[in-house]
Amino acid sequence: MATVDDIRASSETLVAARTIRAKGNWGQFIRWLILFLGGIAMVMPIVYMLSTSMKWPHEIYDVTLIPNEPHFENYAYVLEDGRFYGWFLNSLIIAIITTVSAVLFDSLIGYTLCKFRFPGRYIVFIAILSTLMIPTEMLVIPWYLMSQQFGWLDTYWGIMFPGLMTAFGTFLMKQFFETVPDDFIEAARIDGLNELQIWWTVAMPLVKPALAALAIFVFLGNWTAFIWPLIVTNSWEMYTLPVGLSTFADEADVQWELVMTGAAISTIPTLIVFLIFQRFIIRGVVMAGLKG
Amino acid sequence: MVISFQDWNLLGTREWAGWENYIKLWNDPDFWQVFRNTFVYLFLGTPISLVISFLIAYHLDKTRFMHGFIRMLYFLPFMTSAVAMAWVWRWFYQPVPTGLFNNFLAQFGIPQIEFLRSTTNALPSILAPAVWAGLGFQIIIFMAGLRAIPQSYYEAARIDGVSKTATLFEITIPLLKPTIVFLVVFSSIGFLRIFDQVFNMTTNDPGGPLNSTKPLVLAIYQSAFTDFDMGYAAAQTVVLFLILLLVSLFQLWLMKDR
Repeated sequence: MATVDDIRASSETLVAARTIRAKGNWGQFIRWLILFLGGIAMVMPIVYMLSTSMKWPHEIYDVTLIPNEPHFENYAYVLEDGRFYGWFLNSLIIAIITTVSAVLFDSLIGYTLCKFRFPGRYIVFIAILSTLMIPTEMLVIPWYLMSQQFGWLDTYWGIMFPGLMTAFGTFLMKQFFETVPDDFIEAARIDGLNELQIWWTVAMPLVKPALAALAIFVFLGNWTAFIWPLIVTNSWEMYTLPVGLSTFADEADVQWELVMTGAAISTIPTLIVFLIFQRFIIRGVVMAGLKG
Repeated sequence: MVISFQDWNLLGTREWAGWENYIKLWNDPDFWQVFRNTFVYLFLGTPISLVISFLIAYHLDKTRFMHGFIRMLYFLPFMTSAVAMAWVWRWFYQPVPTGLFNNFLAQFGIPQIEFLRSTTNALPSILAPAVWAGLGFQIIIFMAGLRAIPQSYYEAARIDGVSKTATLFEITIPLLKPTIVFLVVFSSIGFLRIFDQVFNMTTNDPGGPLNSTKPLVLAIYQSAFTDFDMGYAAAQTVVLFLILLLVSLFQLWLMKDR
């Protein structure tokens, strides 16, 4: 069988085999074409959103993809409204603080659970694991009652507190700290570092990819979070971008170009982050998906 | 911190109602409609999204030319915010002068489809963006699973002259089982908790038309924060919890089977 031989052949014949395959294989080309067109179709909603946000009101009835005269008046109009600045800022502050906090605490707890033997360790771990499958949606009522009692409604703290630590992150970090050899930690201990120093200077650098993956997940999750901010905020000054967009779009129901502009404003930052860190993010998703 | 069981307290704290909320739930026709919708989202969304993403991952895995670029195209929707995209899709679904889909249909002289205004079409119309946004993640995970299968198995199959279809069903899919189980559970939980899309695509009548799209989470939200009936909302939350518990137990059982 020629194909089997090819695999084992020298690099020269390998190159030859590849060109033959590339040239002759129509099936391969059709597969590529379908995948490619499918991929284009996948991003169409995003592309249409961006294009419509640059159209004049009368143009939105056209299905043409490229606006006749692209302009940024819609962005200017939406931003002039003033509210979007605040919502954007709120979302950014909340997403950044929760990300930093979750990464820090999750890895600290994950590290403790992984590297220390103490009574009750197993129970703590099981307790964290059991909350893994409980989604936000189920907890909004207890959270709401709690926030009401403590006066956290309509505050940053109220929006953020559920996200400051995540069960998923703790579990993920524990899994990754398993890969840090105990010898390293022993060595550091002998060198006279205290436990916190060991965690920060020895263990943390070794799990950097996991930390990055976790950070991306937490950031994205908080940036797009909707149901909890919707419940906990009352005044529009405290809205996050998704909540603000939802109310804004509801008001502007018929002005679709403005709705699309608002949607674009809340989507563009994550898209930019993705395009910059693409490889990194996809690797992170795989890692988190397979370990978690 | 760990508030897994607080929903129990809730029932008691206000005023002890015993099983009243559950009885009310049982006798509420709206609840059964909601219950049914939740499972329609689950049993429609999970298989459709998994089959599509597997097909794409399977073929993309064998494509080299512009592999990274195509993968990026499929993954991009995963990075978007559900609220923003719900509004984009809502615009697509509008009737003729505005909506993109119906405009296309009109160009070809095909009769209009009432996407969000019909009780039968609205739920699949809302499901579509949810499936769309999740595909990228599933494709990436599937491809990682495919990569993990040792090439030697395929070579052995080729030497033995096993057909391509047989290789797919006898080697690829059985070896992918852990990946498939993970994705089934992950996406099931995702579809069971669908909220953002439904809420935003039907803001004028959340869960409408005529409750035909209302999932359990939206029903909980409305009972708690529109009707302020916390006890009733908590009872519904317990139902959601039980469904999720069953899904997780199902996963454990599947994994043990491995």
